[in-house]
Amino acid sequence: MKKLVQAVILKNECYVDHIFDMLLSAREIAELANPGQFINLYTGKGEMLLPRPISLCEINRKEGTLRLLYQEVGKGTQYFTTLQKNDTIKVMGPLGNGFFIDKKCQKHILIGGGIGVPPLLELAKTLQGTVSVLIGAKSNPILVKEFEKIGAAVFVATDDGSYGIHGTVLDILKKEALQADMIYACGPKAMLKATSDWAEQNKMSIQVSMEERMACGIGACVGCTVKIKKDSKKDWENRKVCKDGPVFWGNEVAWNAQ
Amino acid sequence: MHNKAMSVTIAGVEMKNPVTTASGTFGSGKEFGEFIDLNQLGAITVKGVASIPWKGNDTPRIAETYGGMLNSVGLQNPGAEYFIQNDIPFLRQYDTKIIVNICGHTIEEYCEVAEKLADADIDLLELNISCPNVTAGGITFGTEPKMAEKVVSEVKKYTKQPLIVKLTPNVTDITEIAKAAVCGGADALSLINTLQGMRIDIHNKKTILANKIGGFSGPAIKPVALRMVYQTAKAVDVPIIGMGGISNGEDAIEFIMAGATAVAIGTANFFNPMATIETIDGIQKYMQQYHIDNIDDIRGIID
Repeated sequence: MKKLVQAVILKNECYVDHIFDMLLSAREIAELANPGQFINLYTGKGEMLLPRPISLCEINRKEGTLRLLYQEVGKGTQYFTTLQKNDTIKVMGPLGNGFFIDKKCQKHILIGGGIGVPPLLELAKTLQGTVSVLIGAKSNPILVKEFEKIGAAVFVATDDGSYGIHGTVLDILKKEALQADMIYACGPKAMLKATSDWAEQNKMSIQVSMEERMACGIGACVGCTVKIKKDSKKDWENRKVCKDGPVFWGNEVAWNAQ
Repeated sequence: MHNKAMSVTIAGVEMKNPVTTASGTFGSGKEFGEFIDLNQLGAITVKGVASIPWKGNDTPRIAETYGGMLNSVGLQNPGAEYFIQNDIPFLRQYDTKIIVNICGHTIEEYCEVAEKLADADIDLLELNISCPNVTAGGITFGTEPKMAEKVVSEVKKYTKQPLIVKLTPNVTDITEIAKAAVCGGADALSLINTLQGMRIDIHNKKTILANKIGGFSGPAIKPVALRMVYQTAKAVDVPIIGMGGISNGEDAIEFIMAGATAVAIGTANFFNPMATIETIDGIQKYMQQYHIDNIDDIRGIID
């Protein structure tokens, strides 16, 4: 079930650089939401018609709140930064499938790149067993302390070497020789493909959370497709990120399909 | 207001109210059933169906524009067999009419899908000769009057349901194509499909759409759509389903005054899942406010 509600903003402040930390009161959605799902935020402005899909960073069912960490990238997200405490905003959710949580898995690796890190926080809080979190960033990694606080082993790679190792999350994977029953990744497509390839070589299962430009967020516009292998593995079909995803198995994505 | 006040008839098919959906913006209704009561709609016009599955275009397929959007989906669809098995039984649970939009790359493909749907339990067919996002078929049949007449008359040989022909605005004179479609045997017309448009990401120095050019829709195109419905209603005698930027009851009333028999909600479904229902309510409120007993009384009242 999806809900369309008027949410109250409890907090909306700059977290780092152009990333903002928003807390919404939206009980109906919080009660239904799972890690890896997202919500649509509507600007309510005629010149910015389409909703903005933002992943859920934390879900608090008891308080009925949702935490979003969003990056100011265009006019829509810029508008969101101007919203104040007690303002309201129209939101719809929860949307998408979310991560698949297999209770048999006890060793997890979570890999996030840039603004792909936030949905991993709620996932890390939900998983049982040992959790390693690999965070990639240009220079300022996000949520490091919060992952440490819940007992995760955190590894950081930055493009400029200002924090953690100078390199990428793939360099961490190779260097640390980490093992897992399940890998979960969210970030730029190139990172998702590279980590999927690595997981396949090392015979580990991986779930990737994909992103595409979308209009409706509920499967009607058929804008946000990714190429997914068909049963034969030679052919592929277009599946919707908003409805069939955003989480897909790394080995079912047709990364090289033309 | 008595309960027939809002009903309209398109080619012998009675809709309880003049509101339907624009093809490609409402799937086959399933996605919206969580937000609205589908029984309230006059008709549901489904996403384009081809004879066999189509993969559609590469992504990005969506770009926002001021007051509107561009799409280059390219008529991705799972094909007629899938549609007949899965979507028709779903839609028939509801008390609403079913309009099936059909597409093809060639006249033969249009005829094939029409033939496959001939015995299906649907109310109306809508022939899409106006999609800007496919390289063959689609718009190529909708810009040449002779081609339009030919494809309509050929498809008519296979249809058992009344045929609506959906027109493109990307022509010099839409009334010429409208007349040609009617000559070919169109029982009704729907207009407008999207306008061709484009956006460039100046930071990446690339078009936003992978297909470079796409179809422009949304509130920003409403004046163009309204003008074309007005001109076409004056030029032909068949009923018209007006569409293009309609987001509420007031927009719908404008199209009806310009001569549309019914109206379709398109892009508004993406930014307001309640748009169809709100439009029906809006039309009703307008009729009460101005004491209009029957929607027919205001149709085409603009000279």
